[in-house]
Amino acid sequence: MSDLRDLYQELILDHNNRPRNKGRIEGADRVAKGHNPLCGDHVTVYVKLKDGVVEDVTFEGSGCAISTASASLMTESLRGKTLEEAKALFAKFHGLVTGEVAENGQGSGLGKLEVFSNVCQYPARVKCATLAWHTIRAALEDKDEPVVTTE
Amino acid sequence: MVERYSSNRSNGEGLSVERLREDFPILRQQVHGRPLVYLDNAATTQKPQAVIDALIRYYTEDNANIHRGVHALSVRATRLYESARRTISAFLGACEPEEIVFVRGATEGVNLVAQSWARPRLARGDEILITGMEHHSNIVPWQIICRQTGAVLRVAPIDDHGALVVDEYERMLSPRTKVVALAHVSNALGTINPVQSLIRSAHSFGAVVLVDGAQAVPHQAVDVAGLDCDFYVFSSHKVYGPTGVGALYGRRSLLEQMEPYQGGGEMIRSVTFEETTYNDIPYRFEAGTPNISGAIGLGAAIEYLKAVGMDWIAAHETDLLAYATESLKRIEPLRIIGTAPDKAAVISFVLPRIHAHDVGTVLDRAGVAVRTGHHCAQPIMDRFGVPATTRASFALYNTRADVDALVAGLEEVLKVFG
Repeated sequence: MSDLRDLYQELILDHNNRPRNKGRIEGADRVAKGHNPLCGDHVTVYVKLKDGVVEDVTFEGSGCAISTASASLMTESLRGKTLEEAKALFAKFHGLVTGEVAENGQGSGLGKLEVFSNVCQYPARVKCATLAWHTIRAALEDKDEPVVTTE
Repeated sequence: MVERYSSNRSNGEGLSVERLREDFPILRQQVHGRPLVYLDNAATTQKPQAVIDALIRYYTEDNANIHRGVHALSVRATRLYESARRTISAFLGACEPEEIVFVRGATEGVNLVAQSWARPRLARGDEILITGMEHHSNIVPWQIICRQTGAVLRVAPIDDHGALVVDEYERMLSPRTKVVALAHVSNALGTINPVQSLIRSAHSFGAVVLVDGAQAVPHQAVDVAGLDCDFYVFSSHKVYGPTGVGALYGRRSLLEQMEPYQGGGEMIRSVTFEETTYNDIPYRFEAGTPNISGAIGLGAAIEYLKAVGMDWIAAHETDLLAYATESLKRIEPLRIIGTAPDKAAVISFVLPRIHAHDVGTVLDRAGVAVRTGHHCAQPIMDRFGVPATTRASFALYNTRADVDALVAGLEEVLKVFG
Protein backbone atom coordinates (compact mmCIF):
# COMPACT_ATOMS: atom_id res chain seq x y z
CA MET A 1 0.00 0.00 0.00
CA SER A 2 3.04 2.27 0.21
CA ASP A 3 2.45 3.55 -3.31
CA LEU A 4 -0.85 5.03 -2.15
CA ARG A 5 1.20 7.55 -0.21
CA ASP A 6 2.63 8.71 -3.53
CA LEU A 7 -0.87 9.79 -4.50
CA TYR A 8 -2.20 10.81 -1.12
CA GLN A 9 0.80 12.81 0.01
CA GLU A 10 0.66 14.65 3.32
CA LEU A 11 0.19 18.01 1.62
CA ILE A 12 -2.85 16.69 -0.27
CA LEU A 13 -4.37 15.17 2.85
CA ASP A 14 -3.73 18.41 4.71
CA HIS A 15 -5.48 20.53 2.07
CA ASN A 16 -8.33 18.01 1.96
CA ASN A 17 -8.83 18.23 5.70
CA ARG A 18 -8.30 21.99 5.90
CA PRO A 19 -9.05 23.48 2.50
CA ARG A 20 -7.69 27.00 2.07
CA ASN A 21 -9.72 29.84 0.57
CA LYS A 22 -12.99 27.97 0.85
CA GLY A 23 -16.01 30.23 0.65
CA ARG A 24 -17.49 32.78 -1.65
CA ILE A 25 -16.44 36.29 -2.65
CA GLU A 26 -19.35 38.68 -2.53
CA GLY A 27 -19.27 40.85 -5.62
CA ALA A 28 -16.80 38.60 -7.41
CA ASP A 29 -15.84 39.73 -10.92
CA ARG A 30 -15.95 36.20 -12.24
CA VAL A 31 -17.88 33.13 -11.09
CA ALA A 32 -17.98 29.71 -12.75
CA LYS A 33 -19.45 26.38 -11.82
CA GLY A 34 -17.88 23.03 -12.59
CA HIS A 35 -19.45 19.62 -12.36
CA ASN A 36 -18.27 16.12 -12.96
CA PRO A 37 -21.38 14.06 -13.72
CA LEU A 38 -19.43 10.81 -13.41
CA CYS A 39 -18.79 11.22 -9.72
CA GLY A 40 -21.13 13.98 -8.62
CA ASP A 41 -18.32 16.37 -7.68
CA HIS A 42 -19.12 20.02 -8.08
CA VAL A 43 -17.19 23.20 -7.55
CA THR A 44 -17.85 26.92 -7.84
CA VAL A 45 -14.94 29.33 -8.15
CA TYR A 46 -15.02 33.05 -7.41
CA VAL A 47 -12.43 35.47 -8.75
CA LYS A 48 -11.75 39.09 -7.87
CA LEU A 49 -9.65 40.88 -10.44
CA LYS A 50 -7.73 44.12 -10.19
CA ASP A 51 -5.88 45.59 -13.16
CA GLY A 52 -5.79 42.24 -14.90
CA VAL A 53 -4.38 40.48 -11.85
CA VAL A 54 -6.10 37.81 -9.74
CA GLU A 55 -6.50 39.69 -6.48
CA ASP A 56 -8.55 37.07 -4.70
CA VAL A 57 -9.83 33.61 -5.60
CA THR A 58 -11.95 31.18 -3.59
CA PHE A 59 -13.97 28.02 -4.13
CA GLU A 60 -16.99 26.17 -2.81
CA GLY A 61 -18.23 22.67 -3.46
CA SER A 62 -17.75 19.08 -2.55
CA GLY A 63 -15.56 16.37 -3.90
CA CYS A 64 -12.95 13.77 -3.14
CA ALA A 65 -9.59 14.40 -1.49
CA ILE A 66 -7.85 14.93 -4.81
CA SER A 67 -10.35 17.44 -6.16
CA THR A 68 -10.63 19.32 -2.86
CA ALA A 69 -6.87 19.57 -2.41
CA SER A 70 -6.47 20.55 -6.04
CA ALA A 71 -8.98 23.38 -5.69
CA SER A 72 -7.39 24.52 -2.46
CA LEU A 73 -3.84 24.55 -3.79
CA MET A 74 -5.05 26.14 -7.02
CA THR A 75 -6.43 29.12 -5.16
CA GLU A 76 -3.12 29.58 -3.36
CA SER A 77 -1.20 29.36 -6.59
CA LEU A 78 -3.29 31.78 -8.60
CA ARG A 79 -3.38 34.70 -6.23
CA GLY A 80 -1.34 37.57 -7.63
CA LYS A 81 -1.09 36.03 -11.09
CA THR A 82 -2.02 37.92 -14.25
CA LEU A 83 -4.63 36.34 -16.50
CA GLU A 84 -1.93 35.21 -18.87
CA GLU A 85 0.14 33.71 -16.06
CA ALA A 86 -2.95 31.94 -14.72
CA LYS A 87 -3.69 30.40 -18.10
CA ALA A 88 -0.09 29.31 -18.47
CA LEU A 89 -0.24 27.68 -15.04
CA PHE A 90 -3.40 25.82 -16.09
CA ALA A 91 -1.57 24.43 -19.10
CA LYS A 92 1.42 23.34 -17.01
CA PHE A 93 -0.76 21.75 -14.34
CA HIS A 94 -2.86 19.96 -16.93
CA GLY A 95 0.30 18.64 -18.54
CA LEU A 96 1.56 17.44 -15.17
CA VAL A 97 -1.51 15.47 -14.11
CA THR A 98 -2.17 13.98 -17.54
CA GLY A 99 1.45 12.89 -17.78
CA GLU A 100 2.07 14.93 -20.91
CA VAL A 101 5.11 16.64 -19.43
CA ALA A 102 8.06 15.31 -17.49
CA GLU A 103 7.22 14.59 -13.90
CA ASN A 104 10.45 16.05 -12.68
CA GLY A 105 9.46 19.39 -11.26
CA GLN A 106 12.84 21.07 -11.58
CA GLY A 107 12.16 24.52 -12.91
CA SER A 108 8.59 23.71 -13.84
CA GLY A 109 7.29 26.69 -11.94
CA LEU A 110 4.55 24.60 -10.40
CA GLY A 111 5.85 24.80 -6.85
CA LYS A 112 3.59 23.05 -4.37
CA LEU A 113 1.42 21.80 -7.22
CA GLU A 114 4.15 19.26 -7.93
CA VAL A 115 2.48 17.23 -5.19
CA PHE A 116 0.02 16.09 -7.88
CA SER A 117 2.74 14.62 -10.08
CA ASN A 118 1.62 11.05 -9.34
CA VAL A 119 -1.99 11.59 -10.36
CA CYS A 120 -1.06 10.62 -13.90
CA GLN A 121 -0.41 7.10 -12.56
CA TYR A 122 -4.10 6.95 -11.63
CA PRO A 123 -5.94 7.69 -14.90
CA ALA A 124 -9.35 7.40 -13.24
CA ARG A 125 -8.45 10.27 -10.94
CA VAL A 126 -7.14 12.82 -13.47
CA LYS A 127 -10.60 14.33 -13.80
CA CYS A 128 -10.72 14.88 -10.03
CA ALA A 129 -7.50 16.88 -10.10
CA THR A 130 -8.50 19.03 -13.06
CA LEU A 131 -12.14 19.90 -12.31
CA ALA A 132 -11.35 23.09 -10.39
CA TRP A 133 -8.79 24.09 -13.02
CA HIS A 134 -11.20 23.69 -15.93
CA THR A 135 -13.65 25.75 -13.93
CA ILE A 136 -11.22 28.56 -13.17
CA ARG A 137 -10.23 28.69 -16.82
CA ALA A 138 -13.89 29.16 -17.73
CA ALA A 139 -14.13 31.89 -15.12
CA LEU A 140 -11.06 33.68 -16.42
CA GLU A 141 -12.34 33.42 -19.98
CA ASP A 142 -15.67 34.74 -18.65
CA LYS A 143 -17.74 31.89 -20.06
CA ASP A 144 -21.33 31.67 -18.89
CA GLU A 145 -21.72 27.96 -19.63
CA PRO A 146 -21.26 25.65 -16.65
CA VAL A 147 -18.16 23.50 -16.99
CA VAL A 148 -18.92 19.84 -17.28
CA THR A 149 -15.84 17.74 -17.32
CA THR A 150 -15.27 14.08 -17.45
CA GLU A 151 -11.78 14.84 -18.74
CA MET B 1 -27.76 -27.65 -31.53
CA VAL B 2 -27.56 -25.58 -28.40
CA GLU B 3 -26.09 -28.53 -26.50
CA ARG B 4 -22.85 -27.81 -28.31
CA TYR B 5 -22.64 -24.48 -26.56
CA SER B 6 -24.03 -25.45 -23.19
CA SER B 7 -22.24 -25.73 -19.93
CA ASN B 8 -20.86 -29.14 -19.17
CA ARG B 9 -22.23 -28.90 -15.65
CA SER B 10 -25.07 -31.32 -15.25
CA ASN B 11 -26.66 -29.88 -12.13
CA GLY B 12 -25.99 -27.89 -8.98
CA GLU B 13 -25.49 -30.92 -6.76
CA GLY B 14 -22.29 -30.87 -4.73
CA LEU B 15 -21.20 -27.53 -6.10
CA SER B 16 -18.89 -25.32 -4.14
CA VAL B 17 -17.99 -21.74 -4.84
CA GLU B 18 -14.34 -22.75 -5.08
CA ARG B 19 -15.20 -25.12 -7.95
CA LEU B 20 -17.39 -22.56 -9.65
CA ARG B 21 -14.62 -19.99 -9.54
CA GLU B 22 -12.59 -22.26 -11.80
CA ASP B 23 -15.16 -21.59 -14.52
CA PHE B 24 -14.20 -17.91 -14.59
CA PRO B 25 -10.70 -17.48 -16.02
CA ILE B 26 -10.58 -13.72 -15.39
CA LEU B 27 -10.64 -14.33 -11.65
CA ARG B 28 -7.23 -16.01 -11.78
CA GLN B 29 -5.35 -12.73 -12.09
CA GLN B 30 -3.68 -10.29 -9.79
CA VAL B 31 -4.37 -6.56 -9.79
CA HIS B 32 -1.66 -4.24 -8.42
CA GLY B 33 0.08 -7.38 -7.18
CA ARG B 34 -2.93 -8.59 -5.19
CA PRO B 35 -5.43 -11.33 -6.05
CA LEU B 36 -8.42 -9.83 -7.84
CA VAL B 37 -11.51 -9.47 -5.67
CA TYR B 38 -14.26 -8.49 -8.07
CA LEU B 39 -17.19 -6.85 -6.29
CA ASP B 40 -18.62 -4.72 -9.12
CA ASN B 41 -21.12 -7.29 -10.34
CA ALA B 42 -24.10 -4.96 -10.39
CA ALA B 43 -22.24 -3.06 -13.13
CA THR B 44 -21.28 -6.15 -15.07
CA THR B 45 -20.49 -9.76 -14.26
CA GLN B 46 -17.52 -11.83 -15.35
CA LYS B 47 -18.00 -14.54 -17.96
CA PRO B 48 -17.70 -18.28 -17.46
CA GLN B 49 -15.60 -20.34 -19.86
CA ALA B 50 -18.82 -21.81 -21.29
CA VAL B 51 -19.87 -18.38 -22.56
CA ILE B 52 -16.41 -17.53 -23.87
CA ASP B 53 -16.33 -20.90 -25.65
CA ALA B 54 -19.75 -20.30 -27.17
CA LEU B 55 -18.56 -17.03 -28.70
CA ILE B 56 -15.32 -18.56 -29.98
CA ARG B 57 -17.07 -21.59 -31.44
CA TYR B 58 -19.74 -19.50 -33.10
CA TYR B 59 -17.15 -17.33 -34.85
CA THR B 60 -14.89 -20.30 -35.55
CA GLU B 61 -17.51 -22.62 -37.00
CA ASP B 62 -20.92 -21.07 -37.64
CA ASN B 63 -20.73 -17.34 -38.36
CA ALA B 64 -23.31 -16.24 -40.93
CA ASN B 65 -26.24 -13.89 -41.21
CA ILE B 66 -29.54 -15.32 -40.07
CA HIS B 67 -33.05 -15.82 -41.48
CA ARG B 68 -32.01 -15.15 -45.08
CA GLY B 69 -29.35 -17.50 -46.30
CA VAL B 70 -30.09 -20.91 -47.72
CA HIS B 71 -26.59 -22.14 -47.08
CA ALA B 72 -25.52 -24.38 -44.23
CA LEU B 73 -23.84 -21.77 -42.08
CA SER B 74 -26.84 -19.46 -42.22
CA VAL B 75 -29.15 -22.31 -41.27
CA ARG B 76 -26.89 -23.22 -38.36
CA ALA B 77 -26.55 -19.61 -37.15
CA THR B 78 -30.32 -19.12 -37.39
CA ARG B 79 -30.94 -22.30 -35.44
CA LEU B 80 -28.52 -21.27 -32.70
CA TYR B 81 -29.98 -17.77 -32.47
CA GLU B 82 -33.55 -19.07 -32.22
CA SER B 83 -32.45 -21.75 -29.80
CA ALA B 84 -31.13 -18.99 -27.52
CA ARG B 85 -34.54 -17.30 -27.74
CA ARG B 86 -36.21 -20.53 -26.62
CA THR B 87 -33.74 -20.87 -23.75
CA ILE B 88 -34.52 -17.36 -22.53
CA SER B 89 -38.25 -17.88 -22.96
CA ALA B 90 -38.22 -21.02 -20.83
CA PHE B 91 -35.91 -19.46 -18.26
CA LEU B 92 -38.23 -16.49 -17.74
CA GLY B 93 -41.37 -18.58 -17.80
CA ALA B 94 -42.78 -16.85 -20.89
CA CYS B 95 -45.66 -18.59 -22.65
CA GLU B 96 -43.79 -18.83 -25.97
CA PRO B 97 -40.47 -17.83 -27.55
CA GLU B 98 -42.19 -15.22 -29.73
CA GLU B 99 -42.67 -13.17 -26.58
CA ILE B 100 -38.90 -12.67 -26.32
CA VAL B 101 -37.40 -9.81 -28.33
CA PHE B 102 -33.64 -9.49 -28.58
CA VAL B 103 -32.52 -5.95 -27.79
CA ARG B 104 -29.20 -4.30 -26.99
CA GLY B 105 -29.92 -4.51 -23.29
CA ALA B 106 -32.39 -3.56 -20.58
CA THR B 107 -32.09 0.11 -21.53
CA GLU B 108 -33.15 -0.50 -25.12
CA GLY B 109 -35.97 -2.72 -23.88
CA VAL B 110 -37.38 0.14 -21.81
CA ASN B 111 -37.02 2.56 -24.71
CA LEU B 112 -38.71 0.12 -27.08
CA VAL B 113 -41.75 -0.18 -24.82
CA ALA B 114 -41.81 3.56 -24.20
CA GLN B 115 -41.71 4.44 -27.89
CA SER B 116 -43.67 1.56 -29.34
CA TRP B 117 -46.33 0.93 -26.74
CA ALA B 118 -46.65 4.12 -24.70
CA ARG B 119 -46.02 6.92 -27.16
CA PRO B 120 -48.95 6.22 -29.52
CA ARG B 121 -51.34 5.54 -26.65
CA LEU B 122 -50.68 8.27 -24.09
CA ALA B 123 -52.23 11.71 -24.11
CA ARG B 124 -52.11 14.87 -22.04
CA GLY B 125 -53.04 14.19 -18.44
CA ASP B 126 -52.25 10.48 -18.54
CA GLU B 127 -49.78 9.35 -15.92
CA ILE B 128 -46.67 7.20 -15.85
CA LEU B 129 -45.77 5.93 -12.40
CA ILE B 130 -42.21 4.97 -11.52
CA THR B 131 -40.50 4.55 -8.15
CA GLY B 132 -37.92 6.64 -6.34
CA MET B 133 -35.32 3.90 -6.68
CA GLU B 134 -35.15 3.72 -10.48
CA HIS B 135 -31.87 4.18 -12.27
CA HIS B 136 -31.60 6.58 -15.17
CA SER B 137 -32.55 3.99 -17.79
CA ASN B 138 -35.99 3.63 -16.25
CA ILE B 139 -36.48 7.37 -15.72
CA VAL B 140 -35.25 9.17 -18.82
CA PRO B 141 -37.23 7.18 -21.48
CA TRP B 142 -40.41 8.06 -19.57
CA GLN B 143 -39.44 11.72 -19.28
CA ILE B 144 -39.05 11.70 -23.06
CA ILE B 145 -42.50 10.15 -23.46
CA CYS B 146 -43.99 12.78 -21.16
CA ARG B 147 -42.50 15.54 -23.29
CA GLN B 148 -43.77 13.86 -26.45
CA THR B 149 -47.32 13.16 -25.26
CA GLY B 150 -48.09 15.59 -22.43
CA ALA B 151 -48.32 12.73 -19.96
CA VAL B 152 -47.16 13.31 -16.39
CA LEU B 153 -44.38 11.38 -14.66
CA ARG B 154 -45.13 10.52 -11.06
CA VAL B 155 -42.67 9.00 -8.60
CA ALA B 156 -43.68 6.70 -5.75
CA PRO B 157 -41.45 7.48 -2.75
CA ILE B 158 -39.01 5.25 -0.90
CA ASP B 159 -38.46 5.26 2.86
CA ASP B 160 -35.28 5.79 4.86
CA HIS B 161 -34.36 2.13 4.46
CA GLY B 162 -34.66 2.38 0.68
CA ALA B 163 -37.88 0.35 0.52
CA LEU B 164 -40.81 1.44 -1.61
CA VAL B 165 -43.60 3.05 0.42
CA VAL B 166 -46.25 0.65 -0.84
CA ASP B 167 -49.22 2.51 0.68
CA GLU B 168 -48.16 5.66 -1.12
CA TYR B 169 -47.64 3.72 -4.36
CA GLU B 170 -51.17 2.33 -4.08
CA ARG B 171 -52.55 5.83 -3.43
CA MET B 172 -50.81 7.22 -6.50
CA LEU B 173 -52.44 4.66 -8.80
CA SER B 174 -55.60 5.84 -10.53
CA PRO B 175 -57.47 5.34 -13.78
CA ARG B 176 -55.14 8.00 -15.21
CA THR B 177 -52.14 5.68 -14.65
CA LYS B 178 -51.40 4.15 -18.04
CA VAL B 179 -47.92 2.78 -17.41
CA VAL B 180 -46.15 1.58 -14.29
CA ALA B 181 -42.39 1.06 -14.71
CA LEU B 182 -40.41 -0.26 -11.78
CA ALA B 183 -37.25 -2.06 -10.87
CA HIS B 184 -37.50 -5.63 -9.66
CA VAL B 185 -34.26 -5.04 -7.72
CA SER B 186 -32.57 -1.66 -7.18
CA ASN B 187 -29.00 -1.46 -8.48
CA ALA B 188 -27.94 1.17 -5.97
CA LEU B 189 -29.72 -0.07 -2.84
CA GLY B 190 -30.29 -3.77 -3.42
CA THR B 191 -33.96 -3.41 -2.50
CA ILE B 192 -36.16 -6.19 -3.85
CA ASN B 193 -39.60 -4.85 -4.71
CA PRO B 194 -42.72 -6.97 -4.07
CA VAL B 195 -43.45 -6.79 -7.78
CA GLN B 196 -46.20 -9.39 -7.88
CA SER B 197 -48.52 -7.42 -5.59
CA LEU B 198 -47.45 -4.10 -7.13
CA ILE B 199 -48.40 -5.45 -10.57
CA ARG B 200 -51.74 -6.70 -9.28
CA SER B 201 -52.55 -3.24 -7.92
CA ALA B 202 -51.51 -1.54 -11.15
CA HIS B 203 -53.61 -3.93 -13.22
CA SER B 204 -56.66 -3.18 -11.10
CA PHE B 205 -56.50 0.34 -12.58
CA GLY B 206 -55.83 -0.93 -16.08
CA ALA B 207 -52.18 0.16 -16.20
CA VAL B 208 -49.60 -1.72 -18.23
CA VAL B 209 -46.57 -2.74 -16.15
CA LEU B 210 -42.94 -2.90 -17.22
CA VAL B 211 -40.49 -4.51 -14.80
CA ASP B 212 -36.80 -3.68 -15.09
CA GLY B 213 -35.24 -6.98 -14.13
CA ALA B 214 -31.62 -6.13 -14.91
CA GLN B 215 -30.59 -6.66 -11.29
CA ALA B 216 -33.01 -9.50 -10.54
CA VAL B 217 -32.39 -12.11 -13.24
CA PRO B 218 -28.77 -12.80 -12.13
CA HIS B 219 -29.80 -13.44 -8.54
CA GLN B 220 -33.16 -15.18 -8.33
CA ALA B 221 -35.57 -17.27 -10.36
CA VAL B 222 -37.93 -15.05 -12.34
CA ASP B 223 -41.30 -16.18 -13.65
CA VAL B 224 -42.94 -13.53 -15.84
CA ALA B 225 -46.18 -15.50 -16.17
CA GLY B 226 -46.39 -15.92 -12.41
CA LEU B 227 -45.69 -12.22 -11.87
CA ASP B 228 -48.30 -11.43 -14.52
CA CYS B 229 -46.18 -8.52 -15.77
CA ASP B 230 -46.76 -7.09 -19.23
CA PHE B 231 -43.13 -6.33 -20.06
CA TYR B 232 -39.89 -7.48 -18.45
CA VAL B 233 -36.39 -6.42 -19.50
CA PHE B 234 -32.90 -7.57 -18.61
CA SER B 235 -29.32 -7.30 -19.88
CA SER B 236 -27.08 -10.17 -20.89
CA HIS B 237 -23.88 -8.73 -19.46
CA LYS B 238 -25.31 -8.67 -15.95
CA VAL B 239 -26.17 -12.39 -16.16
CA TYR B 240 -22.70 -13.63 -17.09
CA GLY B 241 -23.32 -13.15 -20.84
CA PRO B 242 -21.75 -10.84 -23.44
CA THR B 243 -22.33 -7.09 -23.58
CA GLY B 244 -24.54 -5.41 -26.16
CA VAL B 245 -27.48 -7.76 -25.99
CA GLY B 246 -30.46 -8.36 -23.73
CA ALA B 247 -34.04 -9.42 -23.87
CA LEU B 248 -37.44 -7.87 -23.66
CA TYR B 249 -40.31 -10.10 -22.64
CA GLY B 250 -43.67 -8.79 -23.82
CA ARG B 251 -47.09 -10.27 -23.51
CA ARG B 252 -48.07 -11.49 -27.00
CA SER B 253 -51.32 -9.53 -27.07
CA LEU B 254 -49.42 -6.29 -26.40
CA LEU B 255 -46.50 -6.96 -28.73
CA GLU B 256 -48.94 -7.66 -31.55
CA GLN B 257 -50.58 -4.27 -31.09
CA MET B 258 -47.28 -2.42 -31.23
CA GLU B 259 -45.80 -0.63 -34.21
CA PRO B 260 -42.15 -1.38 -35.01
CA TYR B 261 -39.56 0.49 -32.99
CA GLN B 262 -37.01 0.79 -35.79
CA GLY B 263 -37.32 0.19 -39.53
CA GLY B 264 -35.23 -2.02 -41.79
CA GLY B 265 -34.08 -5.57 -42.28
CA GLU B 266 -35.76 -8.37 -40.45
CA MET B 267 -38.77 -6.36 -39.27
CA ILE B 268 -40.21 -6.30 -42.79
CA ARG B 269 -42.31 -8.85 -44.65
CA SER B 270 -42.64 -6.97 -47.91
CA VAL B 271 -41.74 -3.50 -49.06
CA THR B 272 -42.85 -1.43 -52.00
CA PHE B 273 -42.36 2.30 -52.23
CA GLU B 274 -46.06 2.66 -51.45
CA GLU B 275 -46.44 0.27 -48.56
CA THR B 276 -44.59 -1.93 -46.12
CA THR B 277 -46.00 -4.99 -44.42
CA TYR B 278 -44.41 -5.68 -41.09
CA ASN B 279 -43.15 -9.05 -40.00
CA ASP B 280 -44.64 -11.06 -37.14
CA ILE B 281 -43.46 -10.71 -33.57
CA PRO B 282 -40.74 -10.86 -32.39
CA TYR B 283 -38.97 -10.14 -35.71
CA ARG B 284 -40.98 -6.96 -36.12
CA PHE B 285 -38.81 -5.48 -33.38
CA GLU B 286 -35.46 -6.83 -34.51
CA ALA B 287 -34.56 -4.50 -37.36
CA GLY B 288 -31.24 -5.01 -39.09
CA THR B 289 -28.72 -7.74 -38.43
CA PRO B 290 -28.99 -8.43 -34.71
CA ASN B 291 -26.24 -9.26 -32.25
CA ILE B 292 -26.21 -12.92 -33.25
CA SER B 293 -23.12 -13.98 -31.31
CA GLY B 294 -24.34 -11.99 -28.32
CA ALA B 295 -27.69 -13.74 -28.31
CA ILE B 296 -25.98 -17.13 -28.58
CA GLY B 297 -23.60 -16.15 -25.77
CA LEU B 298 -26.56 -15.08 -23.66
CA GLY B 299 -28.19 -18.45 -24.31
CA ALA B 300 -24.99 -20.14 -23.13
CA ALA B 301 -24.93 -17.94 -20.01
CA ILE B 302 -28.46 -18.95 -19.13
CA GLU B 303 -27.65 -22.61 -19.69
CA TYR B 304 -24.77 -22.10 -17.29
CA LEU B 305 -27.03 -20.48 -14.69
CA LYS B 306 -29.52 -23.30 -15.02
CA ALA B 307 -26.77 -25.87 -14.52
CA VAL B 308 -25.59 -24.13 -11.35
CA GLY B 309 -29.17 -23.62 -10.25
CA MET B 310 -30.86 -20.35 -9.32
CA ASP B 311 -31.71 -21.75 -5.90
CA TRP B 312 -28.03 -22.42 -5.22
CA ILE B 313 -27.12 -18.91 -6.40
CA ALA B 314 -29.83 -17.23 -4.33
CA ALA B 315 -28.85 -19.15 -1.18
CA HIS B 316 -25.14 -18.47 -1.70
CA GLU B 317 -25.66 -14.75 -2.27
CA THR B 318 -28.02 -14.48 0.70
CA ASP B 319 -25.29 -15.95 2.88
CA LEU B 320 -22.74 -13.51 1.44
CA LEU B 321 -25.07 -10.55 1.99
CA ALA B 322 -25.59 -11.48 5.64
CA TYR B 323 -21.87 -12.03 6.20
CA ALA B 324 -20.90 -8.80 4.42
CA THR B 325 -23.53 -6.75 6.22
CA GLU B 326 -22.36 -8.00 9.62
CA SER B 327 -18.70 -7.51 8.69
CA LEU B 328 -19.22 -3.95 7.44
CA LYS B 329 -21.31 -2.99 10.44
CA ARG B 330 -18.24 -3.63 12.58
CA ILE B 331 -16.42 -0.82 10.77
CA GLU B 332 -17.49 1.87 13.17
CA PRO B 333 -18.13 5.02 11.13
CA LEU B 334 -19.49 3.19 8.08
CA ARG B 335 -23.13 3.79 7.14
CA ILE B 336 -24.99 1.42 4.84
CA ILE B 337 -27.37 3.15 2.42
CA GLY B 338 -30.24 0.81 1.66
CA THR B 339 -31.33 -1.46 4.47
CA ALA B 340 -34.65 -2.72 3.17
CA PRO B 341 -35.74 -6.01 4.75
CA ASP B 342 -35.84 -7.74 1.38
CA LYS B 343 -32.48 -7.16 -0.30
CA ALA B 344 -30.31 -8.61 -3.03
CA ALA B 345 -26.56 -8.97 -2.48
CA VAL B 346 -25.72 -5.31 -3.02
CA ILE B 347 -24.30 -3.08 -0.29
CA SER B 348 -23.95 0.66 -0.80
CA PHE B 349 -22.19 2.56 1.93
CA VAL B 350 -20.55 5.82 2.88
CA LEU B 351 -17.75 6.73 5.27
CA PRO B 352 -17.99 10.13 6.92
CA ARG B 353 -15.71 12.77 5.41
CA ILE B 354 -14.15 10.30 2.99
CA HIS B 355 -15.32 10.57 -0.59
CA ALA B 356 -16.32 7.37 -2.36
CA HIS B 357 -13.69 7.92 -5.05
CA ASP B 358 -10.91 7.97 -2.50
CA VAL B 359 -12.35 4.77 -1.01
CA GLY B 360 -12.42 3.22 -4.48
CA THR B 361 -8.82 4.12 -5.24
CA VAL B 362 -7.47 2.65 -2.00
CA LEU B 363 -9.56 -0.52 -2.46
CA ASP B 364 -8.34 -0.83 -6.04
CA ARG B 365 -4.75 -0.85 -4.81
CA ALA B 366 -5.75 -3.71 -2.52
CA GLY B 367 -7.05 -5.60 -5.57
CA VAL B 368 -10.69 -5.00 -4.61
CA ALA B 369 -12.90 -3.74 -7.47
CA VAL B 370 -15.98 -1.84 -6.30
CA ARG B 371 -18.13 0.84 -7.88
CA THR B 372 -18.01 4.37 -6.57
CA GLY B 373 -20.25 7.18 -7.68
CA HIS B 374 -23.95 7.67 -8.13
CA HIS B 375 -24.55 4.37 -9.98
CA CYS B 376 -26.63 6.11 -12.67
CA ALA B 377 -29.21 6.71 -9.98
CA GLN B 378 -28.69 10.34 -8.99
CA PRO B 379 -32.20 10.78 -7.53
CA ILE B 380 -31.41 8.04 -5.01
CA MET B 381 -28.24 9.83 -3.95
CA ASP B 382 -30.28 13.03 -3.51
CA ARG B 383 -32.86 11.12 -1.46
CA PHE B 384 -30.20 10.03 1.01
CA GLY B 385 -28.27 13.32 0.88
CA VAL B 386 -24.99 11.85 -0.31
CA PRO B 387 -23.04 12.78 -3.46
CA ALA B 388 -21.92 9.22 -4.07
CA THR B 389 -21.60 5.85 -2.42
CA THR B 390 -19.21 2.95 -2.55
CA ARG B 391 -21.03 -0.15 -3.72
CA ALA B 392 -19.99 -3.74 -3.27
CA SER B 393 -22.17 -6.11 -5.27
CA PHE B 394 -21.85 -9.86 -5.23
CA ALA B 395 -22.14 -12.71 -7.71
CA LEU B 396 -22.18 -16.48 -7.58
CA TYR B 397 -18.35 -16.66 -7.61
CA ASN B 398 -17.74 -14.38 -4.64
CA THR B 399 -16.64 -15.80 -1.31
CA ARG B 400 -16.51 -14.83 2.34
CA ALA B 401 -12.78 -14.32 1.76
CA ASP B 402 -13.72 -11.60 -0.77
CA VAL B 403 -15.73 -9.90 1.96
CA ASP B 404 -12.75 -10.17 4.32
CA ALA B 405 -10.54 -8.54 1.66
CA LEU B 406 -13.06 -5.71 1.35
CA VAL B 407 -13.03 -5.18 5.10
CA ALA B 408 -9.22 -5.21 5.21
CA GLY B 409 -9.19 -2.68 2.35
CA LEU B 410 -11.60 -0.43 4.21
CA GLU B 411 -9.40 -0.54 7.28
CA GLU B 412 -6.60 0.66 5.03
CA VAL B 413 -8.86 3.49 3.82
CA LEU B 414 -9.43 4.57 7.40
CA LYS B 415 -5.69 4.43 8.05
CA VAL B 416 -4.92 6.67 5.04
CA PHE B 417 -7.67 9.19 5.74
CA GLY B 418 -8.21 8.66 9.48
